[in-house]
Amino acid sequence: MSQHMIDRNEGGGEIAVIGALLGVGVLWALTTAARTVDPLMQVHAFIFLAAFVLGGIALGAQVYSGTDANRSDYQFGVVKAGVIATMFWGIAGFLVGVLIASQLAFPNLLYFDNLPWTNFGRLRPLHTSAVIFAFGGNALMATSFYVVQRTSRTRLAGGMWPWFVFWGYQLFIVIAATGYLMGVTQSKEYAEPEWYTDIWLTIVWVSYLLVFLGTIWKRKEPHIYVANWFYLAFIITVAMLHIVNNLAVPVSLTDTKSYSLFSGVQDALTQWWYGHNAVGFFLTAGFLGIMYYFIPKRAERPIYSYRLSIVHFWSLIFIYIWAGPHHLHYTALPEWAQTLGMTFSIMLWMPSWGGMINGLMTLSGAWDKLRTDPVLRMMVVSVAFYGMSTFEGPLMAIRSVNSLSHYTDWTIGHVHSGALGWVGYISFGAVYCLVPWLWNRRGLYSKALVEWHFWISTLGILLYITSMWVSGVMQGLMWRAYNSFGFLEYSFVETVEAMHPYYMIRALGGAMFLTGALIMVYNLWRTARGDVCEKELTPQHTGEDAGVPGGVAAPARMGA
Amino acid sequence: MMYETLSQFAQTFGLVLFVVAFALVLIYALNPRNKKSFDEAKRIPLEEEDI
Repeated sequence: MSQHMIDRNEGGGEIAVIGALLGVGVLWALTTAARTVDPLMQVHAFIFLAAFVLGGIALGAQVYSGTDANRSDYQFGVVKAGVIATMFWGIAGFLVGVLIASQLAFPNLLYFDNLPWTNFGRLRPLHTSAVIFAFGGNALMATSFYVVQRTSRTRLAGGMWPWFVFWGYQLFIVIAATGYLMGVTQSKEYAEPEWYTDIWLTIVWVSYLLVFLGTIWKRKEPHIYVANWFYLAFIITVAMLHIVNNLAVPVSLTDTKSYSLFSGVQDALTQWWYGHNAVGFFLTAGFLGIMYYFIPKRAERPIYSYRLSIVHFWSLIFIYIWAGPHHLHYTALPEWAQTLGMTFSIMLWMPSWGGMINGLMTLSGAWDKLRTDPVLRMMVVSVAFYGMSTFEGPLMAIRSVNSLSHYTDWTIGHVHSGALGWVGYISFGAVYCLVPWLWNRRGLYSKALVEWHFWISTLGILLYITSMWVSGVMQGLMWRAYNSFGFLEYSFVETVEAMHPYYMIRALGGAMFLTGALIMVYNLWRTARGDVCEKELTPQHTGEDAGVPGGVAAPARMGA
Repeated sequence: MMYETLSQFAQTFGLVLFVVAFALVLIYALNPRNKKSFDEAKRIPLEEEDI
């Protein structure tokens, strides 16, 4: 059977299935909205209803227009949408981050007696979910849909399904975010959304897995490139973690509240098995997929060692899944389980160095590009942050180090060197590459603005992590200081007072990171419009590095 | 399952399983016969064409 016929068979059928799914969704949302006594559930039911109706209209318009979703060229429309969503949620998430950092420094900021919506406790999960799942998740979906098509040399599988995945994921984000603000939460860190949101995400995520697998299945390239291995591991593992950690029984089918299947220390262990692997497979494996495609592409050199990438992949997969218990040192968790988590965390130095060496050494012989290409520099700095934060992590997982670092700002600093430095920069690098490719531009609007973005936000990250190191170590030492009579030297509020200056430095660092991202959005918007900054046209620029941005994006590349 | 049973399992079968798995990965990655295929795979991102 020819590829063409396979594509034909998919068409039509998938529209009926998506339509049926939306129809069931409309019925569920209507019934729930009518029967529930929980006003928060009612709000969510109406949001679901609106989304399903809009989805149905969009699907109808697609059928009516007669556009063939199963054409044989690349499906880049959904990648474009993903890039826009990445930057939109990125700005939103960074903004909330700056806001809550300021609230920590100035507790009265946006604190109202009668309005809990802007309380730190509600905004904090909004920030973490927005940056991890909305910004990071969209970056991963967009790049994975791009990379799997390019390296498999075939169109995304499933016709309209990639669009279902994209919009379904945005709906998940909206439901989760509005839930946090209204106070709907199951209080599991990074897994706050309640049961019905979790079920919706499961449907979307399994569709994502099937689209990705289907595309690999019909590839026209004998090999499955290593980036796709990392993406696939990310998608499969996140599905498993999400389903197990969110096993719960709702109070009723029309109530937002649910109770977890686990309790006590089993609940804690399941939660941190989930939580740490959200770091390992969402924030590491997925973004390594970006690294393995975009750095070679941008440097115009193949990855340093394909063999090392295989060892890197399998050691990461085998080891990461065991590291979770290091979040539960000195708790009711049996000590052997804590030691197991600690030992596997230290073994993670192996894939950490494997990945870092592979990413950095790809530039061997092309180091001069770091001087001329700020986008490549951003991605290389990202790999350096990957190496640094995955060196720091195992260190903090050692029980005796953890006794000082745990519950302090050191952890926050560690997370942000990974999140801002590694995840943020590799995503920015990928998006800077993608926008000219997808919108068919020779290069970015302005390289100078990328330089500004790079330096402002790098300085911001450094301010952030150094202030949190100092603040965290100081906090930990103050907590464990005894006076000559054997009493605690400091009260809790004294430690909070001592941290105030560092909280202000942290807020400043975050604001600088946000500023850099805003410069990026302006640059991307002008690029997509087709503008080219005058400076880019001057001879000294077009001479030596005529297409540092454009050279990679040869005009032959076709958008969707 | 008791701690002794679990730790005994982890320290015997678990250890063997991980060492064997890692050895298999190394054999696969370092096998000279796979070199050609890896060298091809390595070039995939750089040799793209439109479809």
